[in-house]
Amino acid sequence: MNEAFQPILPGLILGLPLLGAVLNGIGAFAWRDSKTIPSLVGPLTVLAAFAIGVANLLAMRAVMPHEPALVPLWTWMRSGELDISVMLMFDQLSLLMTLVVTGVGGIIHVYSVGYMRDDPGYSRYFAYLNLFIFFMLILVLSANYPLMFVGWEGVGLCSYLLIGFWYENREYSDAGKKAFIVNRIGDFGFLVAMFLLFSTFGTLDMPAIFREAPERLLADGALVTAITLFLFLGCVGKSAQIPLYVWLPDAMAGPTPVSALIHAATMVTAGVYLVARSGVLFALAPVSQAVVASVGAATALLAATIALQQFDIKKVLAYSTISQLGYMFVAVGIGAYTAGIFHLMTHAFFKALLFLGAGAVIHAVHDAWAATGAHGDPNDMRNHGGLRRLMPVTGTTMWIGTLAIAGVIPFAGFFSKDEIIWQAGVRGYAVLWALALVVALLTAGYMTRLMVMTFHGENRSGEGAGSHLHEVGAVMWMPLAILAALSVVGGWVQIPDALPLPHVDLLHSWLEPVFEPALLVAAGVAGQHGEASHTAPLGGGEALWAALSTTLAVIVILLVYRGLAARRYRPAAEAAEPTGFRAVLYHKWYVDELYDRLVVRPLLALWRGCWRIVDDRIIDGTVNGLAGVARLAGWTGSQLQSGRVATYLLVFMIGALIILGSLAF
Amino acid sequence: MNAGYLADLALVLSAVLFAIGVGGVLVRRNAIIVFMCVELMLNAVNLSLVTFSRLHGIDGQIIVFFVISVAAAEAAVGLALILAIFRHYETVDLEAFRRLRW
Repeated sequence: MNEAFQPILPGLILGLPLLGAVLNGIGAFAWRDSKTIPSLVGPLTVLAAFAIGVANLLAMRAVMPHEPALVPLWTWMRSGELDISVMLMFDQLSLLMTLVVTGVGGIIHVYSVGYMRDDPGYSRYFAYLNLFIFFMLILVLSANYPLMFVGWEGVGLCSYLLIGFWYENREYSDAGKKAFIVNRIGDFGFLVAMFLLFSTFGTLDMPAIFREAPERLLADGALVTAITLFLFLGCVGKSAQIPLYVWLPDAMAGPTPVSALIHAATMVTAGVYLVARSGVLFALAPVSQAVVASVGAATALLAATIALQQFDIKKVLAYSTISQLGYMFVAVGIGAYTAGIFHLMTHAFFKALLFLGAGAVIHAVHDAWAATGAHGDPNDMRNHGGLRRLMPVTGTTMWIGTLAIAGVIPFAGFFSKDEIIWQAGVRGYAVLWALALVVALLTAGYMTRLMVMTFHGENRSGEGAGSHLHEVGAVMWMPLAILAALSVVGGWVQIPDALPLPHVDLLHSWLEPVFEPALLVAAGVAGQHGEASHTAPLGGGEALWAALSTTLAVIVILLVYRGLAARRYRPAAEAAEPTGFRAVLYHKWYVDELYDRLVVRPLLALWRGCWRIVDDRIIDGTVNGLAGVARLAGWTGSQLQSGRVATYLLVFMIGALIILGSLAF
Repeated sequence: MNAGYLADLALVLSAVLFAIGVGGVLVRRNAIIVFMCVELMLNAVNLSLVTFSRLHGIDGQIIVFFVISVAAAEAAVGLALILAIFRHYETVDLEAFRRLRW
């Protein structure tokens, strides 16, 4: 390392989206009817932040620092031992996240210009979206946990605001509240973890904690296990894992670009980022790592099965997101941090693409129905069908996204997903490995089902809708094309040398300085030096299993395609309810109903009891009782006032005598 | 008869007059008589002030003039009130007048 890396315009990366949020926020009141200003301010501030990020990337590549560059801005709070400053941290990981957030975010901002064109809350929408980017950047760039928590809460707030964006609809604003409340459960864990960290280290700065953790914390001890498990509770909430995943499918109530940006590409990956960022701590706690990986695998499987029988196109993608997040947690849980971040990145590309494509479909169906006067749920895939010819760009790009998420070579998802599966295998986690393989095949299955129902077969959008269905405008399909290109080439930054392809190693070498301490600690805890076997649990090398998984994925896609393309779906209004096991999946394993019985209703009963007894009787009783005593005392006193002049005079006289008497003696 | 003896007599007279005034205020029901008793008390006090003025200097007599003038004003207001009460209730019996309450 010859010279220190100096971040370029670090304040501006954060400042530009904040400025955009402020301007659009003012715009929501001041120039309500103008679409031009938000259309420019919204995307441009984010894209400018992206450009600065790219400049930083180039500068960092030239230096390749091993220590994060810290940018102290100002002291936030100082009290006794506690000293928290607003400090940004630029290292390879935070910069990569910055690029993903601003890059994918910028593309989605552009798309939103088309998607939200006719919405009365246009300026307000961009204010929230810019604010989200700002908080997300705080989250990934913060150098201490409290500041990260600010970002963490901020993105939660923006998520709430955007899920309930169409707040006139009671169901939508309820979905926003659900997301916020479920996230609070996770945030509680994050807070407890911070308290534990502070009581242990006396500081909450990440570099200091990671430096001192191996000495201060007993490996595999109760303390570090507690800290990491509480941190993971935060991740479970934010990243929608079992048991707190229930908010994410409901979050689809928001506008579709929001689903793409917040509930697929960026915010929900914050948990993965947190685990990867705190890799040193998790490396010291093998129990927590096992919990992380197991929860991830279980979530991946559960969500994938639910996705098989959903009819709402966005719900399928939502469960798919939960499932893919499960993959990422498997990766960071087994200590393959780079693989997790890799999948985070490629997933941001193809899932944003799929959501935006779904948005284009919904937009087109919605517009067509506005023309024909039909009513129904434009999200329901039973009302789509045959859109391939009518919306060729959307159809093609979404097929690219499907191949990417299904893990077909050479699309982006193949490389990242294959690396996770392979890492689970060679590290000896046979169960996780098998689950990951099964989920990969389920993924191919439900995505193909989505594509067939939406784009193939006969159109089911109703009488006369076909002539009104057409491709979306350029401002919407251009982002799709860019993301499709990224979904193809995004995986080529890391091609393992086991494959008969050119060996590329950009991501591992890029992230190595960040994860090196965690890997060293992990090796120390394991008491060996990372010489894992190079065969899968069932034998065979990486190339063999990669070939097998991609072949199986293709076979599943073809089978599902053949099986479903011939089937004649009926429009949602005429369709029968699913029966048997399909009904169980359609009703999402009845988890929402289970939570309702086990958590929501007992709590409601408890609070109702508190209201009727504690509040009405005890608290109100005390207050009203005091008022009654005062009133009684007043009434008693007022009885002295008889109105008889003679009585007054007598009392007056007695008083005068008492005063005189007290003067005399 | 010396000055001290005369002063004692005057003060005793003053006390007696004042006590008669107090008694009248407390026991009589006719507002006019109560009013007259109040005047009696005032003049009893005037008498003692004049007496003390004899012994201690001119100050007491000055205060007496003030009391007389204020009592004149008070008599005007007080009689007007009694007149108003009489017009309203057609009686000056204080037992019948019980409006001085909340």
